[in-house]
Amino acid sequence: MEIDPFIFRLSIFILSIFVGYYVVWSVTPSLHTPLMSVTNAISSVIIVGAIIAALASTSENGFNSSSIFGFLAIVLAAVNIFGGFLVTQRMLQMYKKKKGKK
Amino acid sequence: MISQNLSAIFYLISGILFILALRGLSSPDTSRQGNYFGIAGMIIAVIVTFLSIGNFSNTFIYVLLLLLFGGTIGAFIAFRIPMTAMPELVAGFHSLVGLAAVFVAIAAFLNPEVFNLGFSGNIKLASLIEMSIGAAVGAITFSGSIIAFLKLRGIMSGAPITFFGQHYLNLFLGVGIFILIFYLCKTQSEDIFWTVIIISFLIGVLLIIPIGGADMPVVISMLNSYSGWAAAGIGFTLENTALIITGALVGSSGAILSYIMCRAMNRSFFSVILGGFGADNSQSDSKDKKDQKPVKSGNAEDAAFLMKNASSVIIVPGYGMAVAQAQHALREMVDKLKKNDIKVTYAIHPVAGRMPGHMNVLLAEANVPYDEVFELEDINNDFANSDVAFVIGANDVTNPIAKTDPKSPIFGMPVLDVEKCKSVLFVKRSLSPGYAGIDNELFYRDNTLMLFADAKKMTEDIVKNLD
Repeated sequence: MEIDPFIFRLSIFILSIFVGYYVVWSVTPSLHTPLMSVTNAISSVIIVGAIIAALASTSENGFNSSSIFGFLAIVLAAVNIFGGFLVTQRMLQMYKKKKGKK
Repeated sequence: MISQNLSAIFYLISGILFILALRGLSSPDTSRQGNYFGIAGMIIAVIVTFLSIGNFSNTFIYVLLLLLFGGTIGAFIAFRIPMTAMPELVAGFHSLVGLAAVFVAIAAFLNPEVFNLGFSGNIKLASLIEMSIGAAVGAITFSGSIIAFLKLRGIMSGAPITFFGQHYLNLFLGVGIFILIFYLCKTQSEDIFWTVIIISFLIGVLLIIPIGGADMPVVISMLNSYSGWAAAGIGFTLENTALIITGALVGSSGAILSYIMCRAMNRSFFSVILGGFGADNSQSDSKDKKDQKPVKSGNAEDAAFLMKNASSVIIVPGYGMAVAQAQHALREMVDKLKKNDIKVTYAIHPVAGRMPGHMNVLLAEANVPYDEVFELEDINNDFANSDVAFVIGANDVTNPIAKTDPKSPIFGMPVLDVEKCKSVLFVKRSLSPGYAGIDNELFYRDNTLMLFADAKKMTEDIVKNLD
């Protein structure tokens, strides 16, 4: 009997939780706000699903309800991607060391 | 059009880049590089999706235009937002992720063919469960974040809203969702799918309204976590590795932050979620006591004199500093002190402010070098050897009662030992108790000098007096 592909995805999921656990504990507390904004930005990778919904459903007979939801989700996720990464960048630019030291 | 296997590998790569993005945040030096990794991962994921669909008709142009449209709004917000508004910005962004997850789930439910999930009315069982969980968590994230946003923005009162039977109602609705998803799987009924989403929106609202202002760091971290789990749910539906990895990363990141915040308040996660902290605390008690105890109050001149004659000063910022936007004035004050060869450091309590790391960002904005800013456990022993503690906008996190009175609601919470300093300057608008609704014993100590004023105005006055 073959292993269900779902099991593979579940394995990836659980291993990623562990990776996330160790990586996030090593984040310095002073960067916890940028951590939130960057995790927010990367979770917008959900745009992948939105693009599939928008592009793949409209191939034959124009728009349908599914592609409309896809389009809406693209806008929302795009706000998040650009907003999230840029605001993180803006914050990180501000973290500087003492002048003249090193 | 590229093959499924190849695109799966690219999605894996973008997942790894996201891990590196978080890894970069372990130190400010590597953090900017980390952010570039994140951006690269996102670009790869989007391009691979376009290539794997291979539909470059007119619709593709619309998609690009919408991307640019949303992107422009996002960029505009990112550049315009003041740093003090960061908590509500993050809450707002979480709501968008949540809603996007709901929309993608709806699209997948209405048109399962394009996602290879079976046919309308006959969707694969596993996919149906995954997408309804994704939609439900997404909807909770959305409405919960909207409430958090309104509370942080001050549009809605930060006071907890509680009513009789609230927790039972939540429990009832939560169980209801699972029963509905069960029936959804049996009947594939569209009506049930919509009902699940609507009830989830309702749960999101009910979950956040009983939680008060100072518990917001926990709420924001929790919603951060939810947005990750929602993404992971959708990732399983779409069988997309990038989404699954990201969802797991974000989910665990938010969960860890919630844990850190709860620990810093010595409260269990459940007591925060159940809410209503300090709402019905016997306020009259503390008011009676207040009249009896003497308080020393001073002005900017006294404060300037004290600090000028000190050799070391520790600054303790709190939410009040953010509200008054006093960080720049504070930095000016510190510059003057340093010119007089006074050692100045900053002490930050993990829950100071309205989100994790809130104070650090504000100080960074005011050009305070990050190596002068210390966390609670790193600096707490230094108070005993310092001359002046300058408390600006913080309250409960300095209350010594947390160490002495087992009956106090904040007993056991780790606090900054400011009272061990030779003298304490406490900038505050009035003697009113802080969020926990309890009196701060510190106000009545002999070595405390209260400076009653707006944080920014007081700091500016001190700067003038330091010349």
